[in-house]
Amino acid sequence: MAYKTPVPTAKGALPVLLPFAPRGPAYDAFFATRWLAAIPAGWIVALAALFPAMVLAQAGAAAAIETPLEKLLRWMPFLFTQGFLFNVLISVLAMAIGTAVGAFAGLALISRARLLRAVARVYVTFFRNVPWLVLLFIVLLAFPFQIKVFGMTIPLPGWIKTVIGLAIPVSANIAEVVRGAVQSVPTAQWEAAESLGFTRRQTIWQIILPQCFKRMLPPWMNWYAILTMSTPLCSLLGVGEIISLTRQAMEAEGNRPELLIPFYGFALLLFLAYCYPIARLTLRLERRFAVKN
Amino acid sequence: MTNWTADQPIVRLRDVHKSYGQVEVLRGISMDVMKGEVICIIGPSGSGKSTLIRCINALNDIQAGSIQVEGQEVHDPRLDKLALRRKVGMVFQQYNLFPHKTALQNVMMAPVKVLKEKPAEVETRARALLKKVRLEGKENHYPGELSGGQQQRVAIARSLAMRPDVMLFDEVTAALDPETVKEVLVTIKDLAAEGMTCILVTHEMGFAREVADHIYFTDRGVIVEHGPPAEFFTQAKDARTRDFLDQVL
Ligand SMILES: Nc1ncnc2c1ncn2[C@@H]1O[C@H](COP(=O)(O)OP(=O)(O)OP(=O)(O)O)[C@@H](O)[C@H]1O
Ligand SMILES: [Mg+2]
Repeated sequence: MAYKTPVPTAKGALPVLLPFAPRGPAYDAFFATRWLAAIPAGWIVALAALFPAMVLAQAGAAAAIETPLEKLLRWMPFLFTQGFLFNVLISVLAMAIGTAVGAFAGLALISRARLLRAVARVYVTFFRNVPWLVLLFIVLLAFPFQIKVFGMTIPLPGWIKTVIGLAIPVSANIAEVVRGAVQSVPTAQWEAAESLGFTRRQTIWQIILPQCFKRMLPPWMNWYAILTMSTPLCSLLGVGEIISLTRQAMEAEGNRPELLIPFYGFALLLFLAYCYPIARLTLRLERRFAVKN
Repeated sequence: MTNWTADQPIVRLRDVHKSYGQVEVLRGISMDVMKGEVICIIGPSGSGKSTLIRCINALNDIQAGSIQVEGQEVHDPRLDKLALRRKVGMVFQQYNLFPHKTALQNVMMAPVKVLKEKPAEVETRARALLKKVRLEGKENHYPGELSGGQQQRVAIARSLAMRPDVMLFDEVTAALDPETVKEVLVTIKDLAAEGMTCILVTHEMGFAREVADHIYFTDRGVIVEHGPPAEFFTQAKDARTRDFLDQVL
């Protein structure tokens, strides 16, 4: 018998399934953050320390004149400043736009105007579920190279388009965060505000949103971590972020297979080192607010 | 607009009907409350007391009948809701303070944001109100740092800060422990003594008997019986009233 306590079933009835609990990150609003934060800090440090050793091992005994590690060392400043910081820039801009649009989309989701609510619902549902890469390609192809505003020609380089492409799904998810947080405030708060003469708009901005700001922070940071880890998607669109540059660097070094692990490993470590503290902080904030409320 | 004078009922209900979907919760309620009167509404759970009191300040709508406050029809679609809410204050069973604001800020918020009064003036008034409800020294405490009784008194002060003409209290002591019930009741008694018109839903029979000018007993959406406390508690005519009183007294 697989289970110590057999599940009681009525005769002829289908057996009741035990709750399905997958191991590892459960797919909830925090799954990415929880997964990241669950890594013991020591592992990250050990990974960073063992990284050179792994690289050397892969290079084998027949170490060339310049080991892969030395090659990487030479490329590191370039990859970090021209590549990774660009990823950070893309993520920050996409998050800023996504948050601004998402806040309004979230408020539209709880609007009393039925049409606005329906439009927002379609927007949010669609863009939460469409694959990010597909969206990126659509934005890339659908948007012109430049736009004319009041006679001025503003160029739209590829990376700006990827910012937009990433901001759209983020905004849809932030909209859900805002809606969920607003609706988590007891209706009694709305009634208290109403009985004191507050308008609906005043109630939202002065009473409801300030209360759920804390509750929105952890999921908001969770989405930021997801977004940051998704910026390498832009490399597929020819944006010179870290993964594109890493590939170019390896090509410049003769595309040798022993370069794969050190170069991509370095990129991976950068993402881990950047997102890990965010994830830890997020979970800490979440725990703290959970206790207080 | 209205030619209401103080010798007419300040709150006047006529044949009020209210349903939630198919369920009729209020089935023809009529009631007159004069300025300065203290009215207690008692009755079994689910008889529609909260619904009734919420209809008076338009938190709930009604299907038929009329509710007037100072001669103004509450359920007129053209009603200036803000004007109504300035006149009618409400205190809830669960206090419903704004948790992200201190006691003082809770009291100040509506006059400053809704009535656009000067913050300095409002603050003076708010401090005086907190003192009046015996909460001097708690101005900078957040609701989470106050006891239930203290929170409820902040809620009363918050309502009074709008300078209402009528106060509605919906079982404001029901969530409190017995020791703190008294401090809230004392506050309400003070208010009543100052001539504030109060409509209370309560289960505190001793209190009702002491402060009420008039007691209404509701059951299943109708007023079964009403009268001054002396008569009401001793000479109830209806069997349902007597049953209820037997249970609670
Ligand atoms: N929002 C609502 N939707 C549907 N039915 C409701 C709603 N609010 C109240 N009711 C119903 O209306 C009836 C009267 O409720 P109400 O809260 O007015 O009673 P009450 O006299 O205040 O009771 P209690 O003493 O328990 O507070 C109850 O049967 C309740 O189930
Ligand atoms: Mg009630």
